Amino acid sequence: MEAKRELLDLLLSDARQSTDDIARQLGVDAATVEALVDELESEGAIRGYQAVVDWDSVGEEHVRAEVELNVELDRETGYEEIARRIAKFPEVSSLRLISGSYDFAVDVEGESMHDVSNFVSEQIAPIPEVTQTVTHFVMTTYKERGVYFGDGDDDDRLSISP
Amino acid sequence: MTEGTHSPLSKRARETPPSGIRRFFELAEEMDDIVSLGVGEPDFSAPWAARSAAIDSLERGRTSYTANRGRKDLRERIAEHVTRYDLSYESDEEILVTAGASEAVDLAMRALVDPGDTVAVPQPSYISYGPTVTFAGGEALPVQTRAENDFVLTYEDLERAGAADADTLVLCYPNNPTGAVMTREELTEVAEFAREHDLIVLSDEIYAALRYEDEHVSIATLPGMRERTVVFNGFSKAYAMTGMRLGYALGPAEIIDAMNRIHQYTMLSAPTTAQFAAIEALESCDDAVEEMRQEFDRRRKFVISRFNELGMDCFEAKGAFYVFPKCPPGWEDDEAFAEALIREKRVALVPGRVFGEGGNGHLRVSYASGMSELKEALNRIESFVESN
Repeated sequence: MEAKRELLDLLLSDARQSTDDIARQLGVDAATVEALVDELESEGAIRGYQAVVDWDSVGEEHVRAEVELNVELDRETGYEEIARRIAKFPEVSSLRLISGSYDFAVDVEGESMHDVSNFVSEQIAPIPEVTQTVTHFVMTTYKERGVYFGDGDDDDRLSISP
Repeated sequence: MTEGTHSPLSKRARETPPSGIRRFFELAEEMDDIVSLGVGEPDFSAPWAARSAAIDSLERGRTSYTANRGRKDLRERIAEHVTRYDLSYESDEEILVTAGASEAVDLAMRALVDPGDTVAVPQPSYISYGPTVTFAGGEALPVQTRAENDFVLTYEDLERAGAADADTLVLCYPNNPTGAVMTREELTEVAEFAREHDLIVLSDEIYAALRYEDEHVSIATLPGMRERTVVFNGFSKAYAMTGMRLGYALGPAEIIDAMNRIHQYTMLSAPTTAQFAAIEALESCDDAVEEMRQEFDRRRKFVISRFNELGMDCFEAKGAFYVFPKCPPGWEDDEAFAEALIREKRVALVPGRVFGEGGNGHLRVSYASGMSELKEALNRIESFVESN
């Protein structure tokens, strides 16, 4: 595999590992890794680095909802314009145009159900192009961005074998 | 029981030494917080498709014996599968499905070795070859491969050890414990030696799918070798199916037939559930194997570079999932090093001498563990090396 592509896989599995450790796994030097990361960032392939947080373990209220949005387009307004407007809200953590029975899938996060539903009804619903919203509150998260939140299976291999 | 009193055990059982890894296993088992680089099997599970085929066969009640040689459809797929190594074997007469490659090794020894026969066993190598020679009544002749050759077996190694007088030669590449591989050119010398001295070659190629820099070459594909070679392979390492116990032997019909005759009395047939899993593994799991191989390759590069940075000389092992670094300067004795390391830092690895004299001063390090464990283990080894 091409080093740059493989670097992406390594960062996807653990973005906090050291440049030296990445270099060792790729069989290149640290300066090459730095250069490749710079490239990936400036090309826009890598847009950021974030922790995967299990809010249940943080000890504060954190509510998330997946909101279905239907919109009506007109001659002046396309999906792009609507998306740009919705994406500006810090409460919106992800926004996707999707196929199927509604148009946008919006993840909204807040400190309480009240916060989230208020946000949807007062900031999103009034947007002229939005014709309908359906809010699904997340009850339990089992897996996030590839990380399983339950207990892993124990390694039941013998600690030493021939 | 002391010497001289009457033991119910056979001489053979009494003379079989416990495996050299046993002491370390016991040490490791009684400690918490061990990071083990001593594991000789993949940390992955078998590909889901293979597991699912096993479950499906159980649901359908397919729990009877199979033909002694293994299911015909499995043998046909094996015949097809090994063409990727340019090996061509006839599924009815030249392939035997066994309970792990280990059984195949044992059967071959029993089918080929007479009392008084000599089997040349290159070392360092997997711990079972010598004992299976002994069980068959033969004599194992150790042939030391050398660190300066990156543990590749050479014509000179064979000559020096007196293997010219042997009847059979074991070959194990990609190698456990060193991770060494042999190229076509290097195998050519060994093949020449085998032909000149009329040796049968038992080639254990269980790690064939785990080559990182080049393609696996089987000695059986070299001129004049097919008729004198038995190849062992299986599903344990490539498909992460160790516990399913399924392997196979490929060879001339006469030898496979003899092995099958012993197999039919001792094993009857290889595990049926595992055979169903294996059929599916060959059918649809190439991608899963390739993914594991790539993951192993990253870890391999990581551990080799870490050991060399620590001053623990580590040649570039290109196969299996082992590297074989030297003990750091100041440590001659691999066993003392391994024992101090496990006691002080809770890192388990296997002293090289367990795999034969040629392994003295080296350590077998398995990278069949996740990156985070590997990093932790290497950090602990680093702090051990710095403070000792």
